[in-house]
Amino acid sequence: MSGSLRCLRAVLRPLPGWAVRPLCQAAPGSGPPAGGEGEGSREAVERLVRAHPVVVFMKGNPAQPQCGFSNAVVQILRLHGVSDYRAHDVLQDPNLRQGVKNYSNWPTIPQVYLNGEFVGGCDILLQMHQNGDLVEELKKLGIRSALLDEEKNQDKK
Amino acid sequence: MLPARLLPLLRAPLQLLPRLASSTPMAGEKPVEASIRSKLQRELEPTHLEVRNESHQHAVPPGAETHFKVVIASSRFAGLPLLQRHRLVNEILQAELAGPVHALSIHAKTPEQWDQNASMSPSPACLGGSREKGRGLRKEQDVGRTVLIALD
Repeated sequence: MSGSLRCLRAVLRPLPGWAVRPLCQAAPGSGPPAGGEGEGSREAVERLVRAHPVVVFMKGNPAQPQCGFSNAVVQILRLHGVSDYRAHDVLQDPNLRQGVKNYSNWPTIPQVYLNGEFVGGCDILLQMHQNGDLVEELKKLGIRSALLDEEKNQDKK
Repeated sequence: MLPARLLPLLRAPLQLLPRLASSTPMAGEKPVEASIRSKLQRELEPTHLEVRNESHQHAVPPGAETHFKVVIASSRFAGLPLLQRHRLVNEILQAELAGPVHALSIHAKTPEQWDQNASMSPSPACLGGSREKGRGLRKEQDVGRTVLIALD
């Protein structure tokens, strides 16, 4: 607990001296300003993340991811046999792209939600895959990871 | 499809980078990279810190500072779940992420975790999402191989 408090303090402390001028104002990641309405509103994003046990916001779609990080998320889910999930392509909707970042207070895409709860982006899902947490989290949703069956088959051999 | 013999070449430049535990900017280091390094150094007092500009792997102009990977070992991460560790780093680099930095891959470990396993997964290859529509998408075989690299 003290760890989280320390973290909170660090987060709240104002960061001194941002001196470097952004080199690239039109960076591909900087979308239009957040709109309070429509697809990007907090309510709209909330509806989307609660609409299905597994929801992914990504660049491109699962058949044709447009970003290596989004692709990694799709491939990890595929490894676990998770084929039933909602994927939203943020490249199709700048309001949604910004809205989902605001919703989770997370600056990057892809974003993965399990049972309406934000779990992280590509790095975190990859580490959850590697340390076994993903199998456990899927189990909580009533989804049996295909990797478990694969292990069983290997044991039989 | 990427020939297997090329893979070591792709990794080689990363391994050649010196591992830095100090905030001293590298010779020729660019402003965004230097800023990321000094902020992480100041806020997290890491025992190990790597800041890698991986922009060259993506569809951006040469010399760009848009895609970064940071590898941090810090006792500040002790007791924090992964999500909170990443949030901490995102907060420290808020200005960079709101401005020039388009992608940030984070590896956040405690010094003990780093000593046990000082390895990390390579970043996935670019699939061209920031290029013009219809350009740059790789063949499916490449996509499969990319993920094998990322997961091994």
